[in-house]
Amino acid sequence: MTTKLSIRDVQKSFGRKHERKVVLDHVSLDVGEHQVVCLIGASGSGKSTLLRCINLLEPIDDGEILLDGVDISEPGLDADPIRRRIGMVFQSYNLFPHMSVLHNITLGPTKVLRRNRAEAEAAAMELLGRFSLADKAAAFPDQLSGGQQQRVAIVRALAMKPELMLLDEVTAALDPVLVGEVLNVIRDMRTEGMTMVLATHEMGFAREISDLVCFLKDGVILESAPPEQLFTAPQRPETREFLERVIASGRL
Amino acid sequence: MTELDEGAGTVSAPSRVPGALTRREEWLRRRRRRSTTVALVSTVLTFGVLFVVVTNSSGWPKVKEIFFNAERFKEDFPELLGYLWVDVKLFLQCAPLIVVWGMVIALCRNTRNPVLFPLRVFAAVYTDFFRGVPVILTIYLVGFGIPKLGLLEGEFHFLWFGGSWTSPYLWGPIALVLAYSAYVAEVFRAGIESVHESQRAGARSLGLSQRQTLRHVVLPQAVRRVIPPLMNDFLSLQKDVALLSILGIIEVFRRASSIKDLTGNFTPIVAAAVIFLALTIPETRLVDWYTARQRKRTGGSVIA
Repeated sequence: MTTKLSIRDVQKSFGRKHERKVVLDHVSLDVGEHQVVCLIGASGSGKSTLLRCINLLEPIDDGEILLDGVDISEPGLDADPIRRRIGMVFQSYNLFPHMSVLHNITLGPTKVLRRNRAEAEAAAMELLGRFSLADKAAAFPDQLSGGQQQRVAIVRALAMKPELMLLDEVTAALDPVLVGEVLNVIRDMRTEGMTMVLATHEMGFAREISDLVCFLKDGVILESAPPEQLFTAPQRPETREFLERVIASGRL
Repeated sequence: MTELDEGAGTVSAPSRVPGALTRREEWLRRRRRRSTTVALVSTVLTFGVLFVVVTNSSGWPKVKEIFFNAERFKEDFPELLGYLWVDVKLFLQCAPLIVVWGMVIALCRNTRNPVLFPLRVFAAVYTDFFRGVPVILTIYLVGFGIPKLGLLEGEFHFLWFGGSWTSPYLWGPIALVLAYSAYVAEVFRAGIESVHESQRAGARSLGLSQRQTLRHVVLPQAVRRVIPPLMNDFLSLQKDVALLSILGIIEVFRRASSIKDLTGNFTPIVAAAVIFLALTIPETRLVDWYTARQRKRTGGSVIA
């Protein structure tokens, strides 16, 4: 299996000298082609920051992020062509409220990939159809339910034909009934062989879908293992404690 | 009270005539009708009494003669109306230039490129200066000062505009554009900054460049958001066009005040006020209509 994404010794901290807060502390992680990796851990453990660093939305302080063996975190590198290859979906959807669903999806293909409008729209309609959203093409984001908005956001990222998808707690803002429809979309992507890194609080889903689960605490990957091992026989006491708290809250 | 007593004793039967009102709906309707009547009577009474008191006071005939002289109004109003076009035309010449120049200034203030840092400084100084100085002072400086330099002679021709290089019809509007674009730039800047960072993140994650993000994602939302406050600025621009009269431009207010000087009667000034109101009140309604339409288009109910 070839390595798609390789994170090596990444460090990241926020704030100035005196109140420096380390959010990623020597993080290393390899994601193989077609692999699905889930990041779990409490809020503030660094999951979202790690995803934002991979997409170059946040600069890192030290270390390397390799995509297909090429360091994309090199200072001074033009981030735009790299971001084109990496799809990202956010917790709060980040759809553009002034554009219709169709326009949201075709913006990237037409402006970034310079595809002609008709072609981009046809491709977008096909994707929308696949996720049973075809009748929403003309609607505006605010007219959709949260689940539909998040599915549109996923379609928008997929329309760029990314090689890697980053999903940042994509179900955290949804009510339990709507979580299912979004998770189904992610299952479909896995079936099609998309390489994915997800930050999630849905432990059951993480267990079902991932090839590798990483437990983060205070910016450190404390434990990473295949799901059956991490969820049934965690090695670290911190992982055990976290999972016990999750079970106690009825979320596993 | 008798209606309530009637209702209190009877427990309404579940059988309902379709289309008939329930006991509660009927009560609500009765109450609504009563408050409408009360509001109407109270309003008519209040204004009636006010009218009677004012028109019967000892000073009223004098006030009526000086401010509300019917004959003068009949004579002056149509004449002033003839000058309305001058105000509207000046406004229409200034408004588009203010939007464009204001946007340029706002974008200058938002540049992050270090090469363009001088532009940022310029934009900051520009807005501070023109927002801090009374508009009439700017008009005076530009309108009287620049022609005095005598740098430009003869005539200018630009599209369908033309005239003397020293004309107040040239420098007056320029002064207004300079002053108002500072306000408008600040409104645009506030709009740009009000677009949430997550929108930028969404656009950049698709691979859009900084410029494309600004053009397709940030600006359209910013502009839509600031249209109501912007319309407010344009409302005061419509009124401030009258300030150009100090340069000798003959428009509604200028003409009204010369009639006042001739007759010693303030009715033409009141007539001018009526004309400005007839211009600005529809403009405010236009803003309301636009905001309501915008809300309907992007939010709330689902289109099937």
